[in-house]
Amino acid sequence: MLFLDHIYLIPLFPAFGAAMMFFFGRRLQKATVDAVCVVVVFFAFLFACFTVVEYTHFAHGTGRPFEKIVYTWLGSGDGHLNFVKRDGTPASFNADAGFLLDPLSSIWLLFVTGVGMLIHIYSTGYMAHEGGYYRFFGYMNLFMFSMLTLILANNYMLLFVGWEGVGLCSYLLIGFYYHRHSASTAANKAFIVNRIGDAGFILGALTLSWYLGSFRFTDINTLVRSGHFAIGDPVLTTAALLLFVGACGKSAQLPLYVWLPDAMEGPTPVSALIHAATMVTAGVYMVARSNAVFVLAPTAMKTVAIIGALTAVFAASIGLVQNDIKRVLAYSTISQLGYMFLALGVGAFAAGVFHVFTHAFFKALLFLGSGSVIHALSGEQDMREMGDLGRRIPTTYRTMLIGTLAIAGIFPFAGFFSKDEILWQTWASEGGAYRILWFVGYATALMTAFYMFRLMYLTFYSPSRMSHEVEHHVHESPKSMTVPLVILAICSIGAGWLSWPHSLGGSAHFEKFLEPVFAREAAVFTEEGKSAQLAAGEKESEHTDKTEYALMFLSLAAAGVGWGMARRSYMNAGKGYTEPIAVDAPPLYRVLYNKWFVDEGFDYVFTGRRKIGNIRLGAMGAGEAASWFDAKIIDGAVNDVGWVTRAVATLSTWWDKWIIDFVGVNGPANLARMISYPARLFEWGLVQWYALVMVAGLLGFGVYYVWK
Amino acid sequence: MVPITTFHYLVVAAALFVLGVIGVLTRRNVVIVLMSIELILNAVNLNLVAFSRMWGNLHGQVFSIFVTVDAAAEAAVGLGILIAFFRNKETINVDEIDLLKW
Repeated sequence: MLFLDHIYLIPLFPAFGAAMMFFFGRRLQKATVDAVCVVVVFFAFLFACFTVVEYTHFAHGTGRPFEKIVYTWLGSGDGHLNFVKRDGTPASFNADAGFLLDPLSSIWLLFVTGVGMLIHIYSTGYMAHEGGYYRFFGYMNLFMFSMLTLILANNYMLLFVGWEGVGLCSYLLIGFYYHRHSASTAANKAFIVNRIGDAGFILGALTLSWYLGSFRFTDINTLVRSGHFAIGDPVLTTAALLLFVGACGKSAQLPLYVWLPDAMEGPTPVSALIHAATMVTAGVYMVARSNAVFVLAPTAMKTVAIIGALTAVFAASIGLVQNDIKRVLAYSTISQLGYMFLALGVGAFAAGVFHVFTHAFFKALLFLGSGSVIHALSGEQDMREMGDLGRRIPTTYRTMLIGTLAIAGIFPFAGFFSKDEILWQTWASEGGAYRILWFVGYATALMTAFYMFRLMYLTFYSPSRMSHEVEHHVHESPKSMTVPLVILAICSIGAGWLSWPHSLGGSAHFEKFLEPVFAREAAVFTEEGKSAQLAAGEKESEHTDKTEYALMFLSLAAAGVGWGMARRSYMNAGKGYTEPIAVDAPPLYRVLYNKWFVDEGFDYVFTGRRKIGNIRLGAMGAGEAASWFDAKIIDGAVNDVGWVTRAVATLSTWWDKWIIDFVGVNGPANLARMISYPARLFEWGLVQWYALVMVAGLLGFGVYYVWK
Repeated sequence: MVPITTFHYLVVAAALFVLGVIGVLTRRNVVIVLMSIELILNAVNLNLVAFSRMWGNLHGQVFSIFVTVDAAAEAAVGLGILIAFFRNKETINVDEIDLLKW
């Protein structure tokens, strides 16, 4: 248990490398940087190998996860939380620095460290003439640290720490050549689009933890699989959809894929490591990790499958006409990620993970190979300026050919097995709609073969279109670059054999290894008979080997047709060749070449830069319109009410001043004065006169009474 | 000889009263006016006593005591007013006391 107990060292090796670069990197020689950074990744790989071996002894095939909590950050053990989870146990919002190793994370661990190590070795050759050598390796090591944290985390919060870390490193590495405006813009774009996904992820994780009472995967899995929740539970569906939004951002699905093609501004090893083999698979990992939740949310699963399939075909269509060699591979990555999500969405989790595994090898191989081509051509990336490189850089050519055969899904290379498994699982799912998804995947496979062989023909076979100086300097890459290519090529051939399907007589070791992670709840549901979809490893009883053979044959046929079409159009593409799509359907070509105008669409809707006259378009325009409405109309109404009040007040004042005061109050006073004026003339102030009047009155009284 | 009846007393009292009233109304000297007021009061006294004799009880006489006291007080106050006024106006001519004229 030596290695398992110290599993936290695996991420710490590259973290140490990154720290060294941060503090001392500037003063170090290139050789020292190599010695530190590449060696730490190599140690991480070795350590990971030993750890996984120890884990298989620990688990004995049961797949029970190994969890090691190093430090509990958020604890709740003192009774502050007074709500209980569904099964009666008290809720615990523990977010800890804990590490979880089960079959799923062991697979990821192995290929991340393995491919990472190979790419680090490759980078020593590729980046040898670039500036900022230590900075590059520091960021790469930081990336490895974050990715390993993400993989080994035992709870959503620590996973999110790794999630953010890989996003950060992606930004740093895409913008590595920060003097270039296009690179820094691309880095911003990657980070911002990623952030949108992160918002979804956080909301999903918090919803889950609120609903289920814990962040830890083990707690969540136990609770969800215990049967307390109904299929289609709305809170779980919402949480699953939100988590999927996060996965869309990180793994470049529609509509948050736009950052990945622009991310090719970074150095090629970065594209290979981050945007092909490892970071973009983080979304797939997270969804696979949350499979217990997703299985209970068929709506979410369908959404995942549909978006995966749509992304696959959409990106493949754009890749058909791109001229930059790295862009083709970028769109290819998005398309293959779509396949992975398609697999997850139909319940074939193991098939999706298998495709991640094989894709890591052949996509890293293709990217590193393209890097080798670019290196050979002194920086040229446009395929229109390439050609006839097959005999000049043979190692690169041969390894890239193997990679292309793998991605096109030609038997017996790796991609065939994984892609075929996905297509088979999609076809065999219940419901006619899945046949449509199968067809989408099938069409994508044809397009994949086409554009990959287009790439091969334009780069290696066709007559040379290179400029003269470039042609003179064409040279094969150094050993530091070619050896990783060869190793990856071997893996691309052999990785598929790890899961030789039953129908062809194999025992599908890979899927069996993963079974405990995915199949537990499948058992629950097949027993109760309520599952509407296939779970990994379980197949409908109606399937026959014959259907599977037929589909395999169709896949191979599609790959062959794609290959043939590419060969016909590009084998002999000399200077000034034309794209067949451009010739046959110019409007379609224009749309595809401009990436379906999605970036322009986002620009119009969201950035608020575009105006018609003085009116701003898009979401910001709506905001401006709302603000205008509020200022003019609503506030205008308020102002008008105020005006009316003031008018009424003026009227009231006039009434008060002239009618009430002048007439009402002063009137009687004036009347009294007018009457009293004559009256006071009688007041002479002479007492004797007053006395006389008194006597007169008295006499009057007396006379009156006497006369009466 | 005509016997002296109550009537004769009333006539005398009335005569005195009228004289007093004429004095109050017509004299210029304020002191004379005050004296005339006394005359009026005394006429009233005479009247009261005559009626007291007529009815055979003392009610009239008691009341005339009251009137006398009242006359005395009034004379005191009146003279006080007169002196205050004289200090102010330097005259005791009633016609010149018209400060409350309009």
